[in-house]
Amino acid sequence: MSDLPLVGLPADVRPERTTTAAAGKSRKVRRLNGRDKLVLGFMVGIPTLIQAVFIWIPMLLSVALSFTKWNGLALSDIKSNGLQNYKFVVQDYPPFWPAVQHNIIWLAFLALVATPIGLLLAVLLDQKIKGSRIYQSIFFTPVMLSLVLVGIIWQLMYEKDNGLINNLLRTANTPNATDWYGNSSINLWAALVAATWRHAGYIMVLYLAGLKGVDPSLKEAAAIDGATASQTFFRVVFPAMRPINIVVVVITIIEALRAFDIVYIINRGTNGLELISALIVQNLVGEGQVIGVGSALSVMLLVISLVPITIYLVRTFKKVD
Amino acid sequence: MAPQESAPSAAETESGFSRRTVLKGIGFGAAGIAAAPVLAACTGGSKPSSGGGGGGGAASKSVTVGSGSSDDVPKRAYQAVFDAFKAQSGDTVKVNTVPHNDFQNNINSYLQGSPDDVFTWFAGYRMRYYAGKSLVAPVDDVWDSIGSNFSDALKQASTGDDGKKYFVPNYNYPWGYFYRKSLWASKGYQVPKTFDELKTLCAQMKKDGLIPIGFADKDGWPAMGTFDYINMRTNGYQFHVDLCAHKESWDQQKVKDVFDNWKALLPFQDPSALGATWQEAAQNLGKQKSGMYLLGSFVTQQFTDKKVLADIDFFPFPAMAVEGQDSVEAPIDGLMLTKKAANNQAAKDLLKFMGSGKGQDAYASIDTSNLQTAKDADTSKFNALNKKSAEIIANAKHISQFFDRDALPAMANNVMIPALQKFIKDGSIDTKNLEAQAKSLYAAQ
Repeated sequence: MSDLPLVGLPADVRPERTTTAAAGKSRKVRRLNGRDKLVLGFMVGIPTLIQAVFIWIPMLLSVALSFTKWNGLALSDIKSNGLQNYKFVVQDYPPFWPAVQHNIIWLAFLALVATPIGLLLAVLLDQKIKGSRIYQSIFFTPVMLSLVLVGIIWQLMYEKDNGLINNLLRTANTPNATDWYGNSSINLWAALVAATWRHAGYIMVLYLAGLKGVDPSLKEAAAIDGATASQTFFRVVFPAMRPINIVVVVITIIEALRAFDIVYIINRGTNGLELISALIVQNLVGEGQVIGVGSALSVMLLVISLVPITIYLVRTFKKVD
Repeated sequence: MAPQESAPSAAETESGFSRRTVLKGIGFGAAGIAAAPVLAACTGGSKPSSGGGGGGGAASKSVTVGSGSSDDVPKRAYQAVFDAFKAQSGDTVKVNTVPHNDFQNNINSYLQGSPDDVFTWFAGYRMRYYAGKSLVAPVDDVWDSIGSNFSDALKQASTGDDGKKYFVPNYNYPWGYFYRKSLWASKGYQVPKTFDELKTLCAQMKKDGLIPIGFADKDGWPAMGTFDYINMRTNGYQFHVDLCAHKESWDQQKVKDVFDNWKALLPFQDPSALGATWQEAAQNLGKQKSGMYLLGSFVTQQFTDKKVLADIDFFPFPAMAVEGQDSVEAPIDGLMLTKKAANNQAAKDLLKFMGSGKGQDAYASIDTSNLQTAKDADTSKFNALNKKSAEIIANAKHISQFFDRDALPAMANNVMIPALQKFIKDGSIDTKNLEAQAKSLYAAQ
């Protein structure tokens, strides 16, 4: 917004200058005229405004609300609460620490299992095998499916008495049937399998693009030097995909932090499936709204999220400079 | 920022990532931000019809209704009420039905935004809370004409903390142990009157290869019914009310006693409760896999087979320490008037109609799992189960709503659900922590 009046000024001034100064002509080509600046101002200003209204202002309000107690009704009901909300979350809110733990497990599982599976799929499909396109589509489909469908599909798999898995194991309708969603020591892993199903397809597509971008002469050179296939991959191809690797690392971390949908579909993130994001929704949206606590939780998640984002941005901008 | 915008924006005030996850949740129809504009959009057309208050109510001949009764049977039942009202008064009724979870979850922003004239809601703390915040209009003038049609217990349940009436009951339904008569007859089971008899019966059922007590708590709330009953039978009705209002501490022996008593039932409950919904548990009861199931009488909606339905009976929760079987958990559903419709005569006429036997009969003609509350309602079509339900409610000395209707919603949703799920899983409960959370949450209101 503040750009606009500034842009207006040179527009009035310039025509006089160019007529008086003869050397102005060459400069005029390089410089932006008033109209350009106005357009640029709009193009930068409007997204900035949208960003501010929809992300930065709510975020700052959220930080402010995390130090208050409020019932979500009249603004006059907002009362300062110091650090009490944070204290409540850390000390008295039983689902919080399990949620932190589950987010860490989620991250470890995505990083150590799901992402390598995606990489493996990409490497396999990058070979010139028959029907590679079809496999690609199949593995990528889960990424495109709507949440409701994902929920239904896995419900069909995991249901205790009618689900596919227990029927294949022949335990359905017996006392030995595994309660995939209800048993709190299993359901996190069941959810992680579902998450992997989506995540691997996503990573696969990224790496496929990365592999296509690797200069084939590198591989040939390595082969001529007598490297085996695995040596070629790990010593030559993989390091050559550095930019993609960074993107994948960031995406994996972000996916682990914002993991929400699958647990929310299963049981709204209770009973062994607590995640920070699910707790935020529980506290901010809905009848059981406790805005101060929900805001405190979201500020905590924001701070955690800022770490990988900052690392990523620093690395990206370093390269540009 | 206008006050009415602050609730939805607060829901958005998260980091970018979690905001996105919330938006994802919308796809599932569960998150609040989405439904708020939807609700607003639905009600947008209603503004002129309500006369804006300034024009006075007399000219208004139309009323809009926000309904959370989105399941097929209740939805059609409410439509029958509105059709009957239209036929009688000539006023037009426009209904905006919203999936009931969304409706409940978004009630804060709904009432502060541009709500309908009339909306479906519940008696109990959930009603008194919004009355206390002046988001709904009192309906004392409606009660002047329908008052004689309701018992004192129902009058009490419709009154806010300021002594004004805010609620018009439609129906209620009792909670109890449902079972199949034929199964019990073939095994020779007797209805238990005391807790000890219940435990003995459960042991016998277990020996007979049944799951004695059907149980489902994936959604979190059904377990509150068991908690309420054991609490009322152990400590009395007044303690239930005071505990829900947090006038009693959670960290005391009386609360521990409740859980100690419940522990005796844990081995008899369905071990897969935490992965099952009440609908699944109802199916198990229908298939005679479980011996009995504690739920509201809406459980019968699940039995589509007429033969099974006719075979269902129920008994009230057995007596334990105090007050025998005096207290019955019988939540009341009904209609309320929003603040903006305070002068809309058509809306008030609709509430009057809801408070009449004729209006409630129209509802009951479709939804037979509930009981009309008006005295002049037609009970001649009651089946045996309805009759028994009505009798038990009529004879009850105290009628409780339900934990999540009698207590602070945050306490019920954020504290009790995880605490009860943990208790069902491993039989442990941390009453000290419950009290710490209750203290903080009740103070925030």
